[in-house]
Amino acid sequence: MKHSKSRNPSRKPRRSPVLLKAPTGIQGLDELTGGGLPKGRPTLLCGSAGCGKTLLAMEFLVRGAVEFGEPGVFMAFEENTEELAKNFASLGHDLKALVAQRRLVLEFVGVERSEIEETGEYDLEGLFVRLGHAIDSIGAKRVVLDTVETLFSGFSNTAILRAELRRLFRWLKDKGVTAIITGERGETSLTRYGLEEYVADCVILLDHRVEGQMATRRLRIVKYRGSTHGTSEYPFLIDEGGISVLPITSMGLTHQAGTERVSSGIVRLDAMMGGKGYYRGSSVLASGTAGTGKTSLAAHFALATAERGERCLWFAFEESQSQITRNMRSIGIDLEPAVRSGTLRFHAERPSVFGLEMHLVTIHKLVSQLRPRVVVIDPVTDFAALGSGAEIKAMLTRLVDFLKMQQITALFTSLTAGGTFTESTEVGVSSLMDTWLLLRDVQNGAERTRVMHVLKSRGMAHSNQVREFLLTDRGVELRDVYVGSSGALLTGSGRVVQEAQEKAQALVRGQEIGGRKRELERKQQALEAHIAALRAEFEVELAKAATTAAQDKTRTGVLDGDRVQMAHLRQADTAAAGKTRRRKQEDSP
Amino acid sequence: MKTTKAKSATAALEQSSAKASKPRYVLRLYVAGMTPRSARAIANIKEICEEHLKGSYDLHVIDIYQQPVLAQGDQIIAVPTLLKKLPLPLRRLIGDLSDRERVLIGLDLRPSG
Repeated sequence: MKHSKSRNPSRKPRRSPVLLKAPTGIQGLDELTGGGLPKGRPTLLCGSAGCGKTLLAMEFLVRGAVEFGEPGVFMAFEENTEELAKNFASLGHDLKALVAQRRLVLEFVGVERSEIEETGEYDLEGLFVRLGHAIDSIGAKRVVLDTVETLFSGFSNTAILRAELRRLFRWLKDKGVTAIITGERGETSLTRYGLEEYVADCVILLDHRVEGQMATRRLRIVKYRGSTHGTSEYPFLIDEGGISVLPITSMGLTHQAGTERVSSGIVRLDAMMGGKGYYRGSSVLASGTAGTGKTSLAAHFALATAERGERCLWFAFEESQSQITRNMRSIGIDLEPAVRSGTLRFHAERPSVFGLEMHLVTIHKLVSQLRPRVVVIDPVTDFAALGSGAEIKAMLTRLVDFLKMQQITALFTSLTAGGTFTESTEVGVSSLMDTWLLLRDVQNGAERTRVMHVLKSRGMAHSNQVREFLLTDRGVELRDVYVGSSGALLTGSGRVVQEAQEKAQALVRGQEIGGRKRELERKQQALEAHIAALRAEFEVELAKAATTAAQDKTRTGVLDGDRVQMAHLRQADTAAAGKTRRRKQEDSP
Repeated sequence: MKTTKAKSATAALEQSSAKASKPRYVLRLYVAGMTPRSARAIANIKEICEEHLKGSYDLHVIDIYQQPVLAQGDQIIAVPTLLKKLPLPLRRLIGDLSDRERVLIGLDLRPSG
C-alpha cells in the first residue's frame, strides 16, 4: 500500500500517510490536487475580481460540512452574512440551515476606514479572538478568510498588518484547521499585498479571461508543497450545481482498446464493417454536406443503443430535442420511448453560449454524472466559430481522449461546407477518429441523391464500396450503387432505371436460355426418334439377315449332301485326288 | 439621543458649538488581557476623560478574551480599540491611545485640522 503510494501519489485520491489532504468535494479539483487541499494548513486562493474565489471557498466549506462532516467558519470581509446567504441560495446552498445546524459559522468582519483613528500601538488580536471563538463554538475543521487583504484598506500601518498576517497564518496552522485565504490578484505578484509570502503550502490561481467575446474561467495550481499536482490551466465551470473543474491530465494514450462491437443501428452499415458495427469505445465521425443524413445516422445509433438498454447522451448544438425527435419520427425512427425511459438524454444548447472549454467542461460534467455508454455530438463543427483551429483540435483531442478513457463510443457529426466532395473536415479532427463515414451528395441529371462510404475504420476489414444512402419511412437504408457506362455513379432514379434495365435483360436472357434448352430437347427428341427408327430398321435388317443365313445354311447342307451324293456317284474322284497330293509330297525332299 | 441625527444640519451645528451642554459620551474600551499595552490604553483614556469629559461619560473596559461575543457584535478587529458609541458618529480609536492629539480629534473634542 505504502509502496504504490510513493510511486504514484498523484493518482491516489486517498490520504497519504505523509501529507494529509482535506477533500474539497469539488468535481475535478480533488483529482488535480491528488485528494484535496493540504489538511490543517492554509491555502492561498488568488484571482482577479469575479473569477469565483468566494464561490470556490464557500463550496469547500459547504461540501466539507455536508459531505465530509467537517464544520467550517466563513469569515467574510467584503460581504455581510445576509448577502452571503442570499448569493449562495441562488446556487442551491442553504447557508442559514447549515448555520442553524451548527455546521457553519458565517462571521462578517467589517472594516470601515472612515471610523478608524489610529492612536498608538495595536495588534489584530480582536480578529484572532473572534475567529478562535467561531472555530471553537462548532468545532470547525475548515476556515475561509475572504478576503483578508481588505484589512489593508482599513489600517494604515502595513508593518503591523504584515506581522499580524504572518502570525495569523501561523496561528491557523497551529489550530490545525484547513484554511483557504483568498487574495485579489496583483499587477505583478499573485496577490496585491504579497500574501503568497505567508502562505507557502498551496497556492491556487483562478483566472477569468475573455477571448473572442467568450469568457472562460481557468484554474491553475501554482504550488503545492509536498504533493504532485496538475500544473496546467484547467477550465472550470460555475453553474447551479456549483463548481466543476475539468482536469485534462496529460493523457498518455493509455486507454484500453476492446474488441467488443456495437451495432450502428443500420444492418447494411454493420455489414460494411465486418458485419458487427463499430468498436466499443471508438470514435466515429460522420461527415458530409448539409442534408446528407448525418443526424439520421446518429439517431439510428442512439436508438440501437437505447434498445440494448444502454444510456446514450446526445449533445445537440443546432436543433432542440423536440425538433430532433419530430424529424426523426418522419423517417420512422421513434426516439420518444427512449427519451421517456431515460436511456436517451438530450442536452441541447447553442454553441455560442459558452467558450470552447466551457463546453468541454459541460460535456465532461454530464458524462460523469449520467455515465452513458454512447455519446453523440451533433455537430462538432459548430465549435469552429468558437476558437482557432489549434484550439478546437486541442479541445476535441481532450474530449476524444476523455470519452475513450471511459470506454464510451462517440459519434461526431461534422458538417462539410460547400457541395463539393471533400475528405477534410472543417475542424481537422479526422485523424482523431477511428471510423470515418463519409456522406455526400451525388448529382445525376436533375436529381441529387445521397451516397455513403466508409472512408476508414481502424482495426477492421471494412467495405470499400460506395452505397446509396436512402432515407425511407423506415429509417436509413443502404443500397448498392451502379456505375453507368460513362463511369458515373448511378443512384436514385438512375439506379432504378439501371435496375429495371438489368431486370429486363435478365428476363430476355432467361427467355433465350429457355428457348435454347427447348430446342435442344426437341433436337434430342428428334435424334432419339431417328435413332429409334434406325434401330428398328436395323433390327428388321438383322431379322432379315438371320432368315437369309438360315436359308443359306439349309441350302449349303442340301448342296453338301448333293455333292457327297454326286461324288459317291462319280466314285474315284475324291480318292484319286488324294493320291496325287500324297505323291507330290514324297517327291520333294 | 437618536433624534440628534434626524435634526437639521444647522441644529446639529448649534448643538456641537454649544459645548457647554456637553452630550453624554458612551465609550467602550476593548483590550486583550492585562498586557502592558492594555494597561497603558486604560490609563490614557481615563486620564483624557477625567480631563475633558468629567462627569459626562460612561466608560466600560472589556476584555475580549472574556467577552468574545461582544467583540463580534462591535466588529472589533484591532486591540486596544476605544469605541465611541455616543455621541454619533461612531468612531474607533485603535491603539494604546498614547497619541493624545489624535484621541481628542477622534472623540470630537478638538476641531480637526
